[in-house]
Amino acid sequence: MSEEALKTPKLDELEKGKWPSFVTEIKMAAKKSPMAKDLLGQLEKSYRDKIGYWKHGGIVGVMGYGGGVIGRYSDLSKEFPNVSHFHTMRINQPAGWFYTTDSLRKICDIWEKHGSGLTNMHGSTGDIILLGTRTDELESVFSELQKIDFDIGGSGSDVRTPSCCCGMARCEWACYDTMKTCYDFTMHYQDEIHRPAFPYKFKFKFSGCPNDCVASIARADMSIIGTWRDAIQIDKNAVAEYAKSGMDIESDVVDNCPAKCMEWDGKELNIENSYCRRCMHCINAMPRALKPGKDRGATVLLGSKAPIIEGAMLSSVLIPFYKMEPPYQELKDVIERIWDIWCEEGKNRERVGEFIQRVGMGNFLDAIELEPVAEMVAHPRENPYVFYEEYYEEGDEEGEEEES
Amino acid sequence: MAKTVDEIAEAMFSMVKDAFGQKKLKPMDLTKAMIELYGDEVDKKLCKEAIKQLINSGRCVYTYFGGSYIEIPHKEGAANE
Repeated sequence: MSEEALKTPKLDELEKGKWPSFVTEIKMAAKKSPMAKDLLGQLEKSYRDKIGYWKHGGIVGVMGYGGGVIGRYSDLSKEFPNVSHFHTMRINQPAGWFYTTDSLRKICDIWEKHGSGLTNMHGSTGDIILLGTRTDELESVFSELQKIDFDIGGSGSDVRTPSCCCGMARCEWACYDTMKTCYDFTMHYQDEIHRPAFPYKFKFKFSGCPNDCVASIARADMSIIGTWRDAIQIDKNAVAEYAKSGMDIESDVVDNCPAKCMEWDGKELNIENSYCRRCMHCINAMPRALKPGKDRGATVLLGSKAPIIEGAMLSSVLIPFYKMEPPYQELKDVIERIWDIWCEEGKNRERVGEFIQRVGMGNFLDAIELEPVAEMVAHPRENPYVFYEEYYEEGDEEGEEEES
Repeated sequence: MAKTVDEIAEAMFSMVKDAFGQKKLKPMDLTKAMIELYGDEVDKKLCKEAIKQLINSGRCVYTYFGGSYIEIPHKEGAANE
């Protein structure tokens, strides 16, 4: 690479301002990594020419695995030979993203030895992303990562690396142990993570409470969101303390309740729990006074995705309440039945949410042997899936037609 | 008589080899084809084992082109030296 290519006026613009800059990071890495240096050169040229110079590699991976490596080749390999291969590796992160500094150093050492030294901590998938290595280095990286108990994550038409919020490790609202569940699912579905067998990707994300800090309702095919089914716990003295310290409970809490299920008479807060929608607003507003109930578990939702083939979709309720106790066998049985019908009938690149939309929720529920229940709503106050066939006597429809 | 993993792997390998360059096959395409071909003599679990054997032996590889497929190992067009 010529010295001239190191001038990066376009990229330099992205170092201005008070925020950390990825350009600064790549420049630092470029001092000792030829790959990072050529990456800067190619990126500057891309910005100047308004063209992305990457080619997608579809065949790179490690022996036996079908996911976890995303192939990238440079279209300008003569000009920037050190990024001729620039594959990404997705590494399965620990549940809740907890590391020792020692394990982080070991990962970085491996990547400086076999790759560009550049990482994303973390990618939007949740994995540790190691950016830029050559095809002939993939097996070495894999082998060294295994020695420190790390494994490659998912990519392609497989179960993507499950991810979760920090749950009970750091958060008082966790209604189930997200980290334990995430770890359990990761171990249980190793085959499905490493050996793509589905029509398209399938993501699990575990959130400990309806705040949904990992945005599972929008990003996971199966969103498992903590909830409770009894009454919100109230510390009446603490509520009074909030009022005394100047909080306008009427306007800041009661008026913002989407279910209008609470009343404040100036002294006491009363909640009609049967109307509560578990939105968490009141609990977030008065964390010292209100807590989720004691009978805790999770709501299992299905079908969200970002827009690729169809537009963006949110998950909708599949199992209103599940206790989330190991080994989660009933839930895993439902998952197996979902995969069976989706693999059998799903089109290529059709996410499970799109599949449900195509075949209809009623038919889908039939196929996975789940009874429709009123909580399976697509939108508030709308329930297009449930047909109460038992309310109709045989021959009713013909009778109606005759009458009309 | 039920088929063995080796027999199914061989039949799948033939399919993948014959389809190479013409059609990309997904694992489920192979499984469905085997069930159609051999009926009750195979099941999904056996097909899964056969695919595992093909991949672990290196006779086939997973590839990704918008979705994941099973192909025989080859040098892809996009690859640089």
